[in-house]
Amino acid sequence: MDSLFFLFQGFATAIEPANLIYAAVGVIIGTAVGVLPGIGPALTVALLLPVTFKLDPGGSIIMFAGIYYGGMYGGSTTAILLNTPGESASVVTALEGNQMARSGRGGPALATAAIGSFVAALIATVGLAFLAPILVKVAVKFGPWDYFGLMLIAFVTVSATFGSSPLRGLTSLAFGLWLGLMGIDQLTGQARLTFGVPELLDGVEVTTLAVGLFAIGEALLVASRHLFKPEKPMPVKGSIWMTKEDWNRSWKPWLRGTVLGFPIGALPAGGAEIPTFLSYNVERKLSKKPEEFGHGAIEGVAGPEAANNASAAGTLVPLLTLGLPTSATAAVMLAGFQQYNIQPGPLLFTQHADLVWGLVASLFIANVMLLVLNLPLVGLWVRLLAIPLPWLYAGILVFASMGTIAANPSVVELLLLTGFGVVGFLMRKFDYPIAPAVVGLILGPLADSALRRSMQMSLGDPMILLQHPSSAIMIGVAVVALVAPFIFRGLSKFQQDED
Amino acid sequence: MTSKTPSIANRPAAVVAIVLLAIAFITYWDASQMKVRATYGMGANAASYFVAVLFLVLAIGHLFSAFRPTDIEQEAVDWKAVGWIGLALTGLVGSIWMGGGFILGSTLLFALTARGFGRRALLKDICLGAVIGVLIFLMFNKLLTLALPQGPLERLL
Repeated sequence: MDSLFFLFQGFATAIEPANLIYAAVGVIIGTAVGVLPGIGPALTVALLLPVTFKLDPGGSIIMFAGIYYGGMYGGSTTAILLNTPGESASVVTALEGNQMARSGRGGPALATAAIGSFVAALIATVGLAFLAPILVKVAVKFGPWDYFGLMLIAFVTVSATFGSSPLRGLTSLAFGLWLGLMGIDQLTGQARLTFGVPELLDGVEVTTLAVGLFAIGEALLVASRHLFKPEKPMPVKGSIWMTKEDWNRSWKPWLRGTVLGFPIGALPAGGAEIPTFLSYNVERKLSKKPEEFGHGAIEGVAGPEAANNASAAGTLVPLLTLGLPTSATAAVMLAGFQQYNIQPGPLLFTQHADLVWGLVASLFIANVMLLVLNLPLVGLWVRLLAIPLPWLYAGILVFASMGTIAANPSVVELLLLTGFGVVGFLMRKFDYPIAPAVVGLILGPLADSALRRSMQMSLGDPMILLQHPSSAIMIGVAVVALVAPFIFRGLSKFQQDED
Repeated sequence: MTSKTPSIANRPAAVVAIVLLAIAFITYWDASQMKVRATYGMGANAASYFVAVLFLVLAIGHLFSAFRPTDIEQEAVDWKAVGWIGLALTGLVGSIWMGGGFILGSTLLFALTARGFGRRALLKDICLGAVIGVLIFLMFNKLLTLALPQGPLERLL
């Protein structure tokens, strides 16, 4: 019942005119950027983080949420009309969605994606509102050793499940951990790996890393491969409204997608790709017209899109309650919180209760806004796809560098950004995943301090990590997750891509 | 990537292994320079040593995979396009470094990146880049009070 009360208060915060405007701006920008090909929600949020730097924390976190959800909606539009999914989670949507668009049923495909996303996000956000307080009750009892165990799990699952090989994933993670070492150590005041450069004393900004790796790395890769041949989006012909049959074929996949997406998204190794693939397979098995799959079956759009959005809400559960990012987008969102010195975790719910519940409530509002924005205005978004790619990427680079120097006006920061861009390009080219590096940079220093606080409390005895059953179990899980991929190569089926 | 040894099937992995070894060494050296000791528990350099060991292990892993045939096919890289974007980023960094300001830097960045992506109308792109630069500058410096680097052009606005 507490949840309902807090949620009610959250709505009171969320419907303040200023916050409504933040949410509206967030969903509009999020959809606009999400529609652009090759730009997923992670990059969308990373690009827009510095813009919100000077705004008030509550408002801009509401704005992020709008950007996050908006980016997901926009991504499905691109997947359906262009067959170039902006993120891995909408790869499956592109399978059937693009076929539907080709056969002149683009309108209903967009509609079932949008309404399915709406239904899924609505249910999943309710799940978030009720699950989060329960998790918080558990999490407040966590000692530093438990946090260390949790972070180990996050490290291992993010790097062993992202990308094509655990070795490459762990290398990416190590790069992030290494960057996380840079700067002044908070406990002893010593400088680590700063090489006498004063600008490095504050450490490496997560946004600089994320924008460099995602935006500049992506631009370099696209240019190097000549992937900028213009692609014509499928025109949306006929009615965008779904027929009665479309509704009948869509509503069950929406619900099933939600049921798959939310819990998997909330798991440390979840992400959005596994539930979307699962949902696609389930719908193909259950469909009354399985022969339509591959030629534009509406169930194949409805289910995965719902799963996609439900898992997005699911990732917010570990992010808000434990401070644990489980996807690239969540990692960038965490950076957004840290920008205001707000550390997600159980304390967030007591110290910043109004902010959290305002955020949860504004997720509902953003969802409604997105439905209104996306269905009737889809033609407007499609027009964004007409921007020539050279201008698009040039604009992205200008915006990316602007954000970086606006947040931290120094040449060193720009050089770091450029350097990360080159690293990101090489990582993409040689198939190293990028998300683990971002997660490593964010969680590395937290894991370091959790471990050291545990050791201080045990007077230097490392056995404290194993004496507490909870942390011992978590460390065990992490070890198993680390070793398993090397033993069972067959598990590679479950690897996922990052956004 | 100058190694010519035929037995190394996956040269990128070998290069990565060397880079990782170098980072491991630098990290180890940096940690060994840190003098403040923790009274009990771990010092600030424990994490550095841990990361150094992690890099060492990963370097060994890469060395092993360097002798196995690679499982990723390499696509041709258009280094000219990459070079243009490199030049674009250099233009931006140079402009900020020399005090040329944000608008000049972002104009260069925009026009040269567009060139890297195959556009030929450089003059048109320069104009467009300048317009975008001015708009961003006005919006963020005046409206959002973010401090973008100022050069002679910005002071006129």
